[in-house]
Amino acid sequence: MRNCGHIDPENIKDYITRDGYQALGTVVTELKPIEVIEIIEQSGLRGRGGAGFPTGLKWKFTHQAAGKEKYVVANADEGEPGTSKDRLIMEGDPHSLLEAMAIAGYAIGANTGYIYIRGEYQLAIKRLKIAIAQAKEMGLLGENLFDSGFNFEIKIREGAGAYVCGEETALLKSIEGERGEPQVKPPYPTNEGLWGQPTLINNVETLANIAVIIREGAEWFNEIGTEGCPGTKVFTLSGDVENEGIIELPMGTPLRRIIEGFGGGMVDDKEFKVAQSGGSSGGCMPKELLDTPMDYDSLAEIGMTLGSGALLVMDETHCIVDIAKCLMQFFKHESCGKCVPCREGNKRLYNRLDKISKGEGELEDLERLRDLADTMSKTALCGLGQMAPTSIYTTLKYFKDEYLTHIEDNNCTTGSCRGLVDLEVQDKRGGKDYGNNN
Amino acid sequence: MEATIEEITKALDSERTPLISVLHAVQAELGYLSTEGLKIVAKKLDIPLSKVYGVATFYTLLDTEEKGENVIRLCESAPCHIKGATNILTELQDKLDIDVGETTDDNKFSLEMTSCLGICAVAPAIMINGTVYGNLTSKKLDSILDRY
Amino acid sequence: MAEVKRVKRTCELENKRINSLRELNDFKEEIREERVGNQKRAGVRITTAMGSCGIAVGAQEILEAISDELTTRGLEDISIHNTGCIGLCEQEPLVKIKIEDQPAVFYGNLTPELAREVVKNHIVDNQIIASC
Ligand SMILES: Cc1cc2nc3c(=O)[nH]c(=O)nc-3n(C[C@H](O)[C@H](O)[C@H](O)COP(=O)(O)O)c2cc1C
Ligand code: FES
Repeated sequence: MRNCGHIDPENIKDYITRDGYQALGTVVTELKPIEVIEIIEQSGLRGRGGAGFPTGLKWKFTHQAAGKEKYVVANADEGEPGTSKDRLIMEGDPHSLLEAMAIAGYAIGANTGYIYIRGEYQLAIKRLKIAIAQAKEMGLLGENLFDSGFNFEIKIREGAGAYVCGEETALLKSIEGERGEPQVKPPYPTNEGLWGQPTLINNVETLANIAVIIREGAEWFNEIGTEGCPGTKVFTLSGDVENEGIIELPMGTPLRRIIEGFGGGMVDDKEFKVAQSGGSSGGCMPKELLDTPMDYDSLAEIGMTLGSGALLVMDETHCIVDIAKCLMQFFKHESCGKCVPCREGNKRLYNRLDKISKGEGELEDLERLRDLADTMSKTALCGLGQMAPTSIYTTLKYFKDEYLTHIEDNNCTTGSCRGLVDLEVQDKRGGKDYGNNN
Repeated sequence: MEATIEEITKALDSERTPLISVLHAVQAELGYLSTEGLKIVAKKLDIPLSKVYGVATFYTLLDTEEKGENVIRLCESAPCHIKGATNILTELQDKLDIDVGETTDDNKFSLEMTSCLGICAVAPAIMINGTVYGNLTSKKLDSILDRY
Repeated sequence: MAEVKRVKRTCELENKRINSLRELNDFKEEIREERVGNQKRAGVRITTAMGSCGIAVGAQEILEAISDELTTRGLEDISIHNTGCIGLCEQEPLVKIKIEDQPAVFYGNLTPELAREVVKNHIVDNQIIASC
């Protein structure tokens, strides 16, 4: 992200003045592929797409895999609600993605790269197309880069609005012109990916780190962040904080610092209630967890996820049941329908929450929610179904009281569940202004 | 129609498995993917119609039904939700006098829901065709709709 | 491809092809020098953040208001640039104004009227507007 806001994304010269394409030049003229992979391994970089898999290792597997042809795929599907870091990188610094893909191609032995980008990101698509055309014109993409004999070309494939296509196997199916349904793993894409060939899939933010690591060295990268998760993470902060937006911070920055430091605290000094970390599939962190360091390992320990780095902060005026319902609505819609636990599970979770929000809930509903969540996380085919109930788990754990008020007292204290609120109260809560007076 | 689709498939001839790109392009040219259109795509690409249809119906951004001139997509994800997207929805429904999934009588607008548009910091947000608008209020909505 | 044509206008590459790291470095120095020269002449640099978030809340109109205001006032020696989102999405539309030898100033939450005022007060009268 270091270039964002400093360069004109539609002008390759701006990128070059900030040392652009130096790393690619060095790599293809001075390093062997395996040496490049070693640098990435030593840097300790972990995938920023959600799972945090060591990037160097993934490159090595793809490098070692046998295949007629290999591919590099940039995962720019960014479907996780509340996340816009990849959009920012592609709109603000598209060449950093292109350069990294070419470096990855050289390291694993691929000559073609695909950027799979969601169809909603029209501006990013336009800027990437311009960037590719400029890089080609200057010989920084295409044939015989830096006179080294290495060829690399990049193509853009537009997604068509399906969250599940962010999952890597579904994404490949989509490029192959099929319905984007996840596949059983193994085989992993590193061995059998696009059209059955070894394929490296990395998230856009992961790739955006590559050129800097090559230029500044693995040591430099290691010094940022925590021991287990070096480097920085881009957080997308949204909700009831003063400054919403996108910020890059060292891994392990405590949640409180992010909200108070960059976020500027809560809007109108309201009371912090909950922050959802990692997008729709992430957990809800209550006040007690405000001092958690935000990195993959620390969050995994407490059953939360860093995911895509989305942080949705909510104050006391929001209702947990209403939020959980909104999240399940999303999963109900986005489940691809291939496996039963996910297709049926999400629907039932939603229906139960809907029932509770209307004041028709019963105590046993809570147990049912839990059981169903358990079953789904154990039996769903892909991460979508496995992770969908995370918010249910964590809210049941930390905000059980609120569910109980809905069920036992038929009351929604915040007035968000419309079935439970007098119209009078609703008007007080903002009516036409939407609490967003701009 | 046949000529248009032929042109599109030709242009994407060098691509491997271009089905989705073709469908995007056909929709951009013809507005939506009619059964007739899908049949021609299947023939040109030599893919079974059942598969073409399966793909066209899988993805939210591909429309197999005729839509209005402008498609309004309102974000329904959590960050927009807590900033009052539901109120905007009611507002839109009132103003256009249609429900989600419907088209106005003059065929000008269709209303759809979408997941996060990636501009949550300026929530609530909508996308009309390819353009996004944020920080919506009732007043702003009027002036935006007036532009179409 | 219409887009590519547009690029040529804003970013003239003169068929330059880079064949080695040295050529890349030379080219970099060349652009830098050219830029420093331009900057000296220009004196004032206005940068508008044009990411989706900015455009969604009217960055395009801000840009037009500024250009228009500059033209009506007959101001020259000002270079206008675009950049991507800078992460402060909530403050969009955002404009950065850098006058030679002075610290850069960001103006957020602009409206076309405010943007015109910024041009008048900051650039013409050299008064930084505090409450924006
Ligand atoms: C349901 C689901 C959705 C996903 N969505 C995305 C996404 O939008 N963007 C992304 O980069 N990774 C996404 N992933 C993760 C990818 O499957 C994959 O782990 C990632 O692209 C690997 O890149 P990395 O190693 O650089 O993180 C998703 C996974 C699942 C299960
Ligand atoms: S949640 Fe609506 S734009 Fe992100």
